[in-house]
Amino acid sequence: MWPTGMSPDGREWHFVVCMKVVPKPEEVRVDPETRRLDRAGARSEINPPDMNALEMALQLKDRFGGRVSILSMGPPFFEPYLRVGLAMGADHIYLLSDRKFGGADTLATTYTLARGIQKLGPVDLVFCGEESSDGATGQVPPGLAEWLDFSQITLVTRVELDPMRRVVRGRRERPGGYEILEVPLPAVISVKTGCNEPRFMDYRLKPWAFAPERVTVWSASDLEVDETFVGTAGSPTQVSGLAQAPSRERKRIRLEGTPEEIARVLAERLRELLR
Amino acid sequence: MAASLYGPEEAQSAFWIYLEHEQRALERVSLELLSKARALADAAGWRVAGLLLGHRVEPMVEDAFAWGADEVWVADHPLLEPFTVEAHTAIAFQAILRGRPSVFLCGATPNGRDLAGRLAVRLRTGLTADCTDLRLDLEKGGVLIGEVTGFGGGIVALITMPNHRPQMATVRPGVFPLATPQRGRTGVVIPLEVDLHPEALRTRVVERVVGRGVDLTQAPVLVVGGRGIHGRFDLLQELASLLGGEVGATRPPVDEGWIDRERQVGQTGVVCRPKVALVCGASGAFQFVVGIQNAGTVIAINTDPEAPIFEFADYGVVGDALQVIPALIEALRAERVMA
Repeated sequence: MWPTGMSPDGREWHFVVCMKVVPKPEEVRVDPETRRLDRAGARSEINPPDMNALEMALQLKDRFGGRVSILSMGPPFFEPYLRVGLAMGADHIYLLSDRKFGGADTLATTYTLARGIQKLGPVDLVFCGEESSDGATGQVPPGLAEWLDFSQITLVTRVELDPMRRVVRGRRERPGGYEILEVPLPAVISVKTGCNEPRFMDYRLKPWAFAPERVTVWSASDLEVDETFVGTAGSPTQVSGLAQAPSRERKRIRLEGTPEEIARVLAERLRELLR
Repeated sequence: MAASLYGPEEAQSAFWIYLEHEQRALERVSLELLSKARALADAAGWRVAGLLLGHRVEPMVEDAFAWGADEVWVADHPLLEPFTVEAHTAIAFQAILRGRPSVFLCGATPNGRDLAGRLAVRLRTGLTADCTDLRLDLEKGGVLIGEVTGFGGGIVALITMPNHRPQMATVRPGVFPLATPQRGRTGVVIPLEVDLHPEALRTRVVERVVGRGVDLTQAPVLVVGGRGIHGRFDLLQELASLLGGEVGATRPPVDEGWIDRERQVGQTGVVCRPKVALVCGASGAFQFVVGIQNAGTVIAINTDPEAPIFEFADYGVVGDALQVIPALIEALRAERVMA
């Protein structure tokens, strides 16, 4: 057994979890001026899939020791939400926050997060949620792996770390089946939503978690980014318009009666429709 | 702004489709993309090409032509089978730089998303994920307009990348209907050189279990349960079986663990186009409704007469689904006995 807390090159294991604060999906509006998402009116939460990613990282820390860093790109108001992760067992928060990062699409977001990870120093595994509930595209993990030249396993429900061989094995879920993939460290792991039960925060840790020194904020100049690659400037895609979702005109006929009467009418309709 | 590796003026007027395959057959989503690209290309005078990477893939070329490809770029090599993201990204990248397509489309599947996410960064281009429709703006010189939902309130955003090529987009299975294949239609096969070394590929596939998952996109009838059925998916399953359909769910019951996530319908789940969708105890959040908006007929049952779902339904029943469904099961059974 490898000494606890040490990765094979003699330093502490370092697991990074990318987390994001998202508006509750049902409360989002679109700003008619900028045509960007307007989060102001919506209450926020940690992107639920990211909690599964954090839990997976914390389980590795429980077993192998080392530390878990939370990495996020966003405005300062993300801070109190992310601190919940500290009270669950993470060690530190790195928040990439700068007006210049605003309006980033996938390319700019993955670039900025990758610069953040590079600044963190040696990293063994980077965990991400499968997708974000406000973007729902799952394109960040592979993009991040590409910028960093890390290996990747996406849609993972279980991981095993082999410290001796310095590889990670993950079970990747696919429709109707699965794969067991093995890749060398460092690697990006995207974690399948709902694959584990995120632990509750430890209330005894709360005062520690909310101490100012637990959060490091990095701006564009701290990260030494190429500014043509961040934010709106670094985003090839743009919102060129908004439209009403095309929806089929529906009949909107109300059916009334007792459950039995309604059932008879529905049964008849279904027979016609499925003939 | 940072530039892509080639720009609009160097791009060819062509749609490229990444052809996914499993057990020597093209995946349905790839055929859906070929169908859509063919229609857009015909209107614009563009070409459609398939990118087929794998081992012993030759027999699938015929299908790509039948569904609308003018060209199929083929890379045939043992290291391309099964899919690993490094191998497929490397070869797709080389092929794209050679062919310089204006548009590159992938299915929004596990492998399609992995590939698209890496490729877009390597090409320094944009990626519009999970499009619900695609159009081509010829007046602007062939700008792809990707329609994406997720903005709430029935709003879709039109996403473009005017200055970057290829214009990359992913589309989920079931979004586009399948065209009728033109058997005997042929085209040009363009072989790709494969220079891959095992040591350059980091991913080792230790085990691989392929199965046919639940395919809600092809179900003729979909019986969907929301929060209001309180986990009684056994009832919905009974009804779905009687109607020859499948059971789906909105997000809350999935999050509660009442039903498998692969049965989630909507923006973060599956987009379906059944003949009939019977929606039980779901309020009608927009994130869900996008999953059934292409249904032939929608029947909704909800206790709340003000529930938004009734706006999206052909037949609305104000009532408790847990009373109506058992009665409907009875009625359908009785009918069956009579017949």
